[in-house]
Amino acid sequence: MEHQYTFTGELQVKNLSCWRNDQVLFEQLNLNLTPGSVLFLEGENGSGKTSLLRILCGFRLADEGDILWNNQSTSSLPEYFENISFVGHKNGIKDELTVEENLNLMRSMATASDIKSDEVLKQIGLFKKSDVLSRLLSAGQKRKLALARLMMTNNSFWVLDEPFTSLDKASVVFFETLIKKHIARGGMLILTSHHDIDLSGLPVNQFSLSN
Amino acid sequence: MFTAWSQILKRDLLIAFRRRSEIIHPLIFFVMVISLFPLAIGDDKVLLQKIAPAIIWVTALLATMLSLDNLFRSDFEDGSLEQMTLLKVPLSLLVTAKITAHWLITGLPLILITPLLAVLLYLPGETTWMLLLTLLLGTPTLSLIGAVGIALTVALRQGGVILSLLILPLYIPVLIFATLALQNTVQGFSAEAQLAMMLAILVLAITLAPFAIAAALKVSLN
Repeated sequence: MEHQYTFTGELQVKNLSCWRNDQVLFEQLNLNLTPGSVLFLEGENGSGKTSLLRILCGFRLADEGDILWNNQSTSSLPEYFENISFVGHKNGIKDELTVEENLNLMRSMATASDIKSDEVLKQIGLFKKSDVLSRLLSAGQKRKLALARLMMTNNSFWVLDEPFTSLDKASVVFFETLIKKHIARGGMLILTSHHDIDLSGLPVNQFSLSN
Repeated sequence: MFTAWSQILKRDLLIAFRRRSEIIHPLIFFVMVISLFPLAIGDDKVLLQKIAPAIIWVTALLATMLSLDNLFRSDFEDGSLEQMTLLKVPLSLLVTAKITAHWLITGLPLILITPLLAVLLYLPGETTWMLLLTLLLGTPTLSLIGAVGIALTVALRQGGVILSLLILPLYIPVLIFATLALQNTVQGFSAEAQLAMMLAILVLAITLAPFAIAAALKVSLN
């Protein structure tokens, strides 16, 4: 049993609304997420899943409503944002840096976890590529490197937008296991995915966004 | 906090080193434009001497504008910017690391190559020293002001024209004080007042621009 996360809390989304180009994406949305559980967002393309995740990460401003962390509004709570590990459509890795340089950069920017860079690279199968420029990686390899961000920090709140795009089966299994460990340590996860993903045994809340 | 700052600085310098061709472009523009003037004007030493400070300053200003485009573009497009907003270190501090790197890559080489170009334009030694001093005080201001504009327009597909309209008016005070300082030196007067003003503008830019840049980047992400 690995040690539990120290910084955790309950996330509440209250009456959240989001418009885009004068169209309603969602209105009066209410959500709850407690430590040690998963929220699985469902919905068609364009139903506002990504927008919701971006609002939760503070990249986008909500048109109405509030996000609460332990009953405190997150707008005045920098600790909430520091505790987020986000992997979105964009990988957030630099093409001109090598695999290892990218990893070390992720680590040096945040509260680093105990795991060594070499160990992470071995686990995601990029150890032999550690000195290769990220530009030369395949789409799936880049995705794995982006997801390695989750292992480099001690953040307890993960926000994943279509995390398994272009991953091979073995890697999907690896990251599913990683998610299970994360939840067992008291972490929280919000994700969207059009891939079948196996989260059996985890407390998963499904939430459907529809237009 | 300082680790993150120096990591971003190191990262940007490394990336610049690996994309040399892009970085060297503004510098080549600077050298080419300035070396075309003696060819176009001919061997009129007095005229060249007279307009040399203006030529160098206007070209430096345009070269800086040319180099700005990439300042936040790649971070915006590959998602690094999103990740930066989630860090403990405030974005306003991280952008100062990026701008420092940008100035070291684009501003500093301009200054270093200026003495050579000054010889080409028959500029006397004393004026050359003053020219270097004004560039040293002025180019960081240009980078800082330009970064505000680029942060506002990074999300736009065709931001180029708006960018020039936004930042060129803000560049004009720097240009005026710099060329005034040089005129004074040429005529044998003291340029202290102009230099003090340029320093004041630089200090103002250093203290205010990072917050404006961070806010503008968040607007661009939204």
